[in-house]
Amino acid sequence: MSLRWTSIAACAAMLIGLALPAFADDQIYVPLFSYRTGPFAGSGIPIADGMHDYLTMLNERDGGIGGVRLALEECETGYDTKKGIECYEAVKGKKPVIVNPWSTGITLALIPKAAVDKIPILSMAYGLSAAALGDTFPWIFNPPDTYWDGLSVIVKQIAAREGGFDKLKGKTIGYIYLDAPYGKEPIPLLQQLAKNYGFNVKLYPVAAAEMQNQSSQWLNVRRDRPNYMIMWGWGAMQPTAVKEAVKTGYMMANFYSIWWIGEGEVQGAGPGAKGLKNLNWHNNGTGYQAFADIKKYVLDKGLSKGSPSEFGLELYDRGVYNSVLIAEAIHVAQKLTKAKVVTGADVRRGMENLDLSSTRWKEIGLDGFANSLALSCADHNGHGNLFVQEWDGTKWVKASGDVGPMNDVVDPLLAAAAKEYVDKNTGWPKRTEACDHTS
Amino acid sequence: MLYREVGQYHTNYRADMRIFPILQDRIGILVILAIAFLGVPLIGGSFFLDVVATPFLIYALAAIGLNLLTGYTGLLSLGTGGFMGIGAYTCYKLTTWFPGVDIVVWILAGGLAAAAVGALFGLPSLRIKGFYLLVATLAAQFFLQWAFERIPWLYNNNISGTIEVPTRTLFGLPITGATATPVTRYEVALCIVVALTWLASNLVHGRIGRSWMAVRDMDIAAELIGIKLLPTKLLSFAISSYLCGVAGAMLVFLWYGSAEPTVFSIDLSFTILFMVIIGGLGSLLGAFLGAALIHVLPIVLRGVPPALGLNIASSTVEHLNLMIVGALIILFLVAEPFGLARLWQTGKQKLRVWPFPY
Repeated sequence: MSLRWTSIAACAAMLIGLALPAFADDQIYVPLFSYRTGPFAGSGIPIADGMHDYLTMLNERDGGIGGVRLALEECETGYDTKKGIECYEAVKGKKPVIVNPWSTGITLALIPKAAVDKIPILSMAYGLSAAALGDTFPWIFNPPDTYWDGLSVIVKQIAAREGGFDKLKGKTIGYIYLDAPYGKEPIPLLQQLAKNYGFNVKLYPVAAAEMQNQSSQWLNVRRDRPNYMIMWGWGAMQPTAVKEAVKTGYMMANFYSIWWIGEGEVQGAGPGAKGLKNLNWHNNGTGYQAFADIKKYVLDKGLSKGSPSEFGLELYDRGVYNSVLIAEAIHVAQKLTKAKVVTGADVRRGMENLDLSSTRWKEIGLDGFANSLALSCADHNGHGNLFVQEWDGTKWVKASGDVGPMNDVVDPLLAAAAKEYVDKNTGWPKRTEACDHTS
Repeated sequence: MLYREVGQYHTNYRADMRIFPILQDRIGILVILAIAFLGVPLIGGSFFLDVVATPFLIYALAAIGLNLLTGYTGLLSLGTGGFMGIGAYTCYKLTTWFPGVDIVVWILAGGLAAAAVGALFGLPSLRIKGFYLLVATLAAQFFLQWAFERIPWLYNNNISGTIEVPTRTLFGLPITGATATPVTRYEVALCIVVALTWLASNLVHGRIGRSWMAVRDMDIAAELIGIKLLPTKLLSFAISSYLCGVAGAMLVFLWYGSAEPTVFSIDLSFTILFMVIIGGLGSLLGAFLGAALIHVLPIVLRGVPPALGLNIASSTVEHLNLMIVGALIILFLVAEPFGLARLWQTGKQKLRVWPFPY
């Protein structure tokens, strides 16, 4: 009996211990939600390594940000909403300055909590599109583009290739998507654009359970012969779709994907995948000072968890981009508050005053890595320019100039979506957070 | 044993037939309830309440629901996730239409829709059983998840396809939504679970439970002694789905705060089924033990390396966790194929005759 009570007491003590802050007060606590396990680990690992390595590099090279070390801690979500909420509750007590859920499901679950717990949420180009409106969602940030921005850029590109929007009339665009909230979100916009410009839309939903079996969808593609294909995929759905497209003999040059497809997911399809197009807002590779520093201070010292082969891959670089946003928000927050150890509320202000101009990109050693990005109290997204990159058989190559989203179509949709969210969530708090004007 | 059971004589049938005939057991149950109602909220932090305690109660309720069907009536089901979803979506729709009504009423009402759907999908159980019934309920699971994804009316045409929990109050105190404190949500969950466990306990100890067990043990014999199979099996499906539906509504409203259709996937059905099998088929205590093992143990294990000051990557911990929990499940089942509840019973029996085991 006594043994049992001892073990119960030990467990209880441990659980209470978990809730206590484990980090010193002279550090800034940045939790990194990652998924290195589960069905989506293939995409999750390079992202997690990119995020981790950039911030570790800042710690090693500069001693943190503004002289304050960052206390980094990874929490494994497995891309599972339940575990994500668990991670959030586990880190909440340690005063995190920002949370990156890296899953739309987790983001949606955390959005109402953010304002209550005073922890800003950075869902970089995923999550709730309507969160771009800072007046309604003061604690949520989703730069640099929403999915609607992405879709409008793809349609713009297609129109440019056809020689004008009027040439789209009578054309057919196929849309193959993960049959989940993420994949369904762009459909209303696609249908509206189809109405505006007179093209036809064919929908090819892929159920999450059937991600790796898309033969029926591609049989239909073969029958319908759409002039262009657009894909909203994730995880194992993407390599399968590319392989099926190659097998079907679809014109790869007319196949566009949203920005989540990585090198590893195309390589498996062999040389036939050449010409596949993908959106992006940052360059790939390692040819920047900051990357050289990551190699010197993190990889060469054995502080990274990843393998050197993923260094510079598209999704690794995206992890770095995510961490640049975190670091910049903390940097701006320190400038605004004149405090060294900033809180979540300060970093929220930092995000709203984020101004990554090309000179600032140069200062942080990433000259030309990505377009400038400026956020404001009203605009938590930026709706930045995107570009198309093309698969040349071994790597992504930039294949277009910068293209801006169709703000005139996207903005009303965002406003309507935000209004709907507020209407449904009775008692959604009005924005009380003051707005800074620094510039 | 800590106490002697001898010398407690009952002078009437009523006292003899109580669920806890021994005084010390009754005191024990009261102590556990007191700890659950007062001790846990006082001592547990928000992490413990939100991540460990409330989910544990919700899983336990779903496991009790499935246990009534699988453990007591002998009907296998993989539709649990879908039935939980029905509860959640019904509760969501009801609270959209009638925001003024207490959310607890709608959580409990959500189960009614699940009961109706459960009884409908339980119809094949009259002709098929065992693995074949499992396949039929699997169809229910897939159909329901498809419905949650494809019928926009269910999620109020939300662009993201999810259901989001609005703030609802009970006597002026928010109990759902982000402003509800973990303690409030825990206490509401505890009240519902205690009440429904009491209901389930009375059911299985009474005429209905006995007819379920008769059907489980041999349905032809049960029919011969006058038990009508159709109403008995359908009642079992309905009540089981009711409890699962209430658990599903609680899962979204008192725990997650928002839910995608994938929350109610086949994985959830498997999780609940494992809880029932490992906890012990045909035991209410087993539902709680199973929920504790499957839900709480991984969280405790995840806390071990940081508590010991070891710096292990969180993904490594997750991998280790999967291995350890898997090994423990096999170990427990090898040690006692009838589940943790039987293990507890055997242990009690051994202690009773200690130090002279036979």
